[in-house]
Amino acid sequence: MERAKLDFWVGLFVLAGFAALLGLALKVGNMSSFSSAPTYNVQADFNNIGSLKVRAPIKSAGVVVGRVSAIRFDNQNFEATVTLTLDGQYQFPKDTSAAIMTSGLLGEQFVALDAGGDVKNLATGDKIKITQSAVVLENLISQFLYNKASDAPKTDAAQTPTQGTQP
Amino acid sequence: MKSQPNVVSRIGHGVIDSIWRLGSAARFLGQVLWRSGLSWRRFQLIMNEVYASGVLSLIIIVVSGLFVGMVLGLQGYQTLQTYGTEQSLGVLVALSLVRELGPVVAALLFASRAGSAITAEVGLMKTTEQLKAMEMMAVDPIARVIAPRFWAGVISMPLLAAIFSIVGVFGGYLVGVVLIGVDDGAFWSQMQAAVDVRNDVLNGVIKSVVFGFAITTIALFEGYDAMPTAEGISRATTRTVVTSSLAILALDFVLTAFMFKGI
Amino acid sequence: MSSLFTRIFIVSADNLIEINNVSFAYGSRAILKGINLVAPRGKVIAIMGGSGSGKTTLLRLIGGQLRPTHGEVRVDGQVIHQLSNDALYKIRRKMGMLFQFGALFTDMSVFDNVAFQMREHTDLSEELIHDLVLMKLHAVGLRGAHDLMPYELSGGMARRVALARAVALDPQLIMYDEPFTGLDPISLDVIGNLIRRMTDALGLTSILVTHDIHKSLNIADYVYFISDGMVEAEGTPDEIRASTLPFVHQFIHAEENGPVPFHYPAPDYAVDLGVAR
Repeated sequence: MERAKLDFWVGLFVLAGFAALLGLALKVGNMSSFSSAPTYNVQADFNNIGSLKVRAPIKSAGVVVGRVSAIRFDNQNFEATVTLTLDGQYQFPKDTSAAIMTSGLLGEQFVALDAGGDVKNLATGDKIKITQSAVVLENLISQFLYNKASDAPKTDAAQTPTQGTQP
Repeated sequence: MKSQPNVVSRIGHGVIDSIWRLGSAARFLGQVLWRSGLSWRRFQLIMNEVYASGVLSLIIIVVSGLFVGMVLGLQGYQTLQTYGTEQSLGVLVALSLVRELGPVVAALLFASRAGSAITAEVGLMKTTEQLKAMEMMAVDPIARVIAPRFWAGVISMPLLAAIFSIVGVFGGYLVGVVLIGVDDGAFWSQMQAAVDVRNDVLNGVIKSVVFGFAITTIALFEGYDAMPTAEGISRATTRTVVTSSLAILALDFVLTAFMFKGI
Repeated sequence: MSSLFTRIFIVSADNLIEINNVSFAYGSRAILKGINLVAPRGKVIAIMGGSGSGKTTLLRLIGGQLRPTHGEVRVDGQVIHQLSNDALYKIRRKMGMLFQFGALFTDMSVFDNVAFQMREHTDLSEELIHDLVLMKLHAVGLRGAHDLMPYELSGGMARRVALARAVALDPQLIMYDEPFTGLDPISLDVIGNLIRRMTDALGLTSILVTHDIHKSLNIADYVYFISDGMVEAEGTPDEIRASTLPFVHQFIHAEENGPVPFHYPAPDYAVDLGVAR
């Protein structure tokens, strides 16, 4: 094959390959993690984060405004400290509250921000004071059963007696 | 007639033989990397091989990608609609392709299309003493013949995988949105919300680079190591396809375990 | 030098190749057992022997593709197996080799095959290479075939192209590994005469490994017979023709039985068939 023709095809192939990569990045994926838009980090403590994961979305009024960038356990007050990375173009009042919600009945968990009314806005390093933990299905069920049990008099149905290991 | 060697000693021989081959393949790879200078200085050498292994694999990659995407769209829709979540079809198609099917299926196709061709070509060059002739002409066959093919494979593989994925997503879109009528907006927006550039797209690219490395190493080694007979070449070609397919699947498991363990 | 003069072998101090007491073994299988051989400059040396007698191994030793187990191979005064890789590659540029079936690069045209070494080893301009290649091809009578691909060539033509490729960089030494195998009588004659002509015209030294006895007796200056890894007989073609050595006699007259037996070593026939114990 003629060399110029070969080079043309190779060039076309490489171009198509990079176009495909670009398409995957732009059209299929979201470029958010590569976007250089300024972000700021705030923290929030939760009693229980349920199954919240790093990179879970942060939504306010249903719109994605950031992502969870770190989750760690605070050994001082025995709570989970979640670092929220928020998009710089969205500003929230200082008394904004954060809640861990589930999309749908069994969907993934995300952090929902509910804006407050403070005049000052959250800035890097601030902490969100008002938080609401994830709803844990098991707790919900046992609570429900417990209530049922206390409603119905003189039944031990709700309490499963533990096997005593008395000497 | 010779006495039949017992099973244990046969297995033992097999194991020793495979370890021996693995060792010489690793040594071979080292040599190829060490003597790659020439092919990068004379980039035309690599270009020629990108044409042979990349451009000529394009048709099979595009056609297979389209069909795999269409099947994903069809099957995914059937499954998702029973839970009423057919809106997530885009997510399913895109994630399956970008994370797994794109790199893996493209690599399998590459192994059988380009890998076998490389083995046959190098094996033929060995059988007809072209490699020895080159050596006698004071030209290093590893630098002149092997290394350009190696780098061409490593370059072509991620590009082919990306093309496979994007065509596959388009195939899923064709079936899901155009044919079945899933909502167009939901298809793309849910996909874009779920697919992450670094975690999904980039990891897919890394996978395909690793696969390209593995396939071309195996293909070149089998060709270079082939018995210099017609039968030797045909056996080496078969071995290339079998070994590299197994290597792709095993490597895919290892890489997936590494990449997606926290998610 | 006159043609007659070159055909008379003179012991010369100026030997291009000297092989001193060389042995070679693949593992425990001995191929060569103490070979002594010299190739003076400007001569055609024929090395003959049956299949599997170690002739090709000898060429590989000269080319430095194998290392002798014992002894040394000197090319142009240098001991081949002591050279560094770079020095070996350098000395190989002085060598050309014609492989058994030509070993043309199948993915290149005839032109590119001949131009291969010029492009790899020199900075010659493409126009100059063009002229040189056509000259080399003209010398083997195939200037008109420069556009063809190797698969379009007949066996004899491929061998001639390979010869043109071997002399591309004007080497001092050309080794021919069974150049006559599988050729029709006409092509065989053409190749044989080309070998002689190239040697005389370019002042080359040729080492011709073959088992085609009559052709090589016609064109060689000196002949070595190798059998079972040793030099069995040597001499000028006339001496060889007149030789009474049973081995040479068998070879020249192509007798089925002799020092080289027809039968592979086997137990007694009758015992094998079970008629005798």
